Amino acid sequence: MNSYLNKNRPLVYCPGCTHEKITKGLDIAFSKLNFDADKTVIVTDIGCSGLFDTFFNVHALHGVHGRALTYASGLKLADPELNVIVTMGDGGLGIGGAHVLAACRRNLDITLIILNNFNFGMTGGQYSSTTPTDAVVGSEFLNQAEIPLDICAIADSAGASYIDRCSGINSDLPDKIIAAVNHKGFSIIETLGMCTGRYTKKNKLTPKVIDQIIADLPERAGIVKKNQRPEYGERYRALSKQRTKFPEAVIIDKQIDLKNYQQQQVVILGSAGMRIVTAGDIVCYAGLCAGMNVSMKNDYNITVLRGQSVSEILISPDKIGYPGIESPTVVLALSDEGVQRRKKIFSSLQKETFVLKEKSVAIPNTCANVVEIDFKELKIKKQDWALASLGVIAKHKKAINIDMLTYALKSRFNETVHKMAMETINKIFNHD
Amino acid sequence: MALSFMEGNEALARGAIAAGCNFFAGYPITPATTIFNNMLKMLPPKGGICVQGEDEIASMGYCIGAAMAGKKALTATSGPGISLYSEQISFAIGSEIPLVIADVQRLGPSTGSATRGADSDIQFLRWGSTSGIPVIVLVPKDALDCYVLAVNAFNFAEEFRCPVFIASNKEIGMTRESFDLESVILPEIVNRELFSGDAYLPFESEPDKAPPFLPIGGKTLVRQTSSTHGPDGYITIDPQVIADNQDRLRKKIHSARNRITLHEEDIKKGSDTLIISYGITSRAVEDASAKLEKKGRPVSSLSLKTLWPVPEDLLINKAKSFKRIIVIEMNLGQYVNEIRRVLNDKKVEFYGQMNGVLITPETIMEVVENE
Ligand code: SF4
Repeated sequence: MNSYLNKNRPLVYCPGCTHEKITKGLDIAFSKLNFDADKTVIVTDIGCSGLFDTFFNVHALHGVHGRALTYASGLKLADPELNVIVTMGDGGLGIGGAHVLAACRRNLDITLIILNNFNFGMTGGQYSSTTPTDAVVGSEFLNQAEIPLDICAIADSAGASYIDRCSGINSDLPDKIIAAVNHKGFSIIETLGMCTGRYTKKNKLTPKVIDQIIADLPERAGIVKKNQRPEYGERYRALSKQRTKFPEAVIIDKQIDLKNYQQQQVVILGSAGMRIVTAGDIVCYAGLCAGMNVSMKNDYNITVLRGQSVSEILISPDKIGYPGIESPTVVLALSDEGVQRRKKIFSSLQKETFVLKEKSVAIPNTCANVVEIDFKELKIKKQDWALASLGVIAKHKKAINIDMLTYALKSRFNETVHKMAMETINKIFNHD
Repeated sequence: MALSFMEGNEALARGAIAAGCNFFAGYPITPATTIFNNMLKMLPPKGGICVQGEDEIASMGYCIGAAMAGKKALTATSGPGISLYSEQISFAIGSEIPLVIADVQRLGPSTGSATRGADSDIQFLRWGSTSGIPVIVLVPKDALDCYVLAVNAFNFAEEFRCPVFIASNKEIGMTRESFDLESVILPEIVNRELFSGDAYLPFESEPDKAPPFLPIGGKTLVRQTSSTHGPDGYITIDPQVIADNQDRLRKKIHSARNRITLHEEDIKKGSDTLIISYGITSRAVEDASAKLEKKGRPVSSLSLKTLWPVPEDLLINKAKSFKRIIVIEMNLGQYVNEIRRVLNDKKVEFYGQMNGVLITPETIMEVVENE
């Protein structure tokens, strides 16, 4: 049989270490599977189990502790043809627990071989997430205050589609590995073994005891019926393939020629749910239709359905540098929350600044030109106030005019929404 | 004329696509999330892959795996995510894994303010990895820069086989603005050099270059490792081999630093003052300088688009003829000490602000006028 072991790299484990048996078992499994070496990768992390990749003549990726499954996932997504085998000790299992859970849940076609030897061999036999409470390890008494985890039970509830547990010493190991590898989907196989360098020096752990531990735990038969489902990669590619339309960039042609347009600074003060950002967008589109440069900064809370929503827009015939608002030319005061958020600006507004205030909204004292409107009386719903207020400024020819607004609405919305928006705008224009 | 209208994050995503990016893995975080959203819309129709990791560490791990399989990978996050990326960034630096990391910076420290901008991570990006090997950090000032620098970033990542950062800022990433997308001339696309001889040693290279690449999964077996390695990709303890490799990792970037240096300048006749800034702050500097010129007080400005490696020659050359140097930063002074180090014969003044709001042109004018 053709071996995949690298003759130039003899195994270096302590005598009697189960890792050696598992390395050889994996080699037999590879041979029986007749894997193409160039389509196979062993991914490892830190610790004695992290030496695995160095012994084989296949592709290898050795990375940071506990993260082997993350590299494995990237490799498998990028190259679905790869046979991806991950080895990980009980150390990596503890550190990278979130990745084990995610791998179980996701079901990408990767095989994870866990080498559980109940302690951290390389760093001095400290306790790990699988160390028995009554074991004597290099962590004084710490393991006596915790309990070990059963990764197979966790994998089962996390959705692993294939789970097996076996002794790393028994001769059926290669066949167990082969069965796990042949499973289409994420397969996890926990091997129990002896760390002769550390753990078995003070703990009675023999092949027989290991068999007994396995017998005492719930049986794992490989395929987990309740967790069977399509392999992630295939599912992902099928879903992804349906997305055929590339979202091209929004590009607005200049449609209107404006003479002597001065830079405008528009501030919309509203609340979540009032479509303030959309209104800001429309103001920008209006500027773009006239060949102007625009910029828009939004300020809203991370709780999307509550709190202020403020949009600050610059429209300028020149390139825009600083994108903040220094002296607003138009202020739309549409909610108390929004006004509170920017209450400081009112005292410094210029006389020429056009302030539109909804009747129900209170604003601080200002010397600006304040126009009040009662949207409620016009039977305009609150969520349309921002849009309606654009009608008002267009009517007053402040920052935008009706041609700009009409083009903007046409470019921003589909036909149905555009029609509804125009109805609101017409309400404003027909009202005196 | 027709203008496009998009936020910096969308522009960055479009730049990545233009650069040939075909893999994205990320984890949502304000203010970087919309890069992810955009990539999720843009990659599938192009046959690319876009996934959400179970956390930031995993997202970077996916990118590392995909990059080693030959993909051009992008990830995007903000300061708290960079913290989590750190161990994987070290891996990518030391093991020469090409990828691009967008950091849409927000106000730190720690979780800080999700929706407040600041240039919080300028030193963190440089030094937030083990070993101190140089990294490349590019910094955009607007959406147009996000678009173009994304291509530069991929080109550098491919050539130097290293992670390249784009240090954006909430105030750029989430600000929508117009620019003339259709007339942008993008840099020519660079792809990693593939090994073509026989007997491939994955880290064998010229003394100041990145090694030629072969993907995991290709005909030739490839070894990748996060551990200290020799040219063959196996662990080494040979001090000479270790020293040579460390030296090469430094040199491959250091020796190309002038080529990596990107900047904009506005040198005004008769000015004795040079304002040095980067990122969003450069735009306030532009406005301040226009206003000062109108007031008969011209000042020159230098806007850096490469922060790391430090553009030492550029700084020395540009600062030479100026009496007064002022550095403005949207933090409490992260980069000014680099400039002071390079311009050690000059007095370098500094103004910094870290309160979640932009530095205004007025403030900069005051700094200039307050001699
Ligand atoms: S320390 Fe333990 S796990 Fe490591 S090689 Fe020795 S016996 Fe094996």
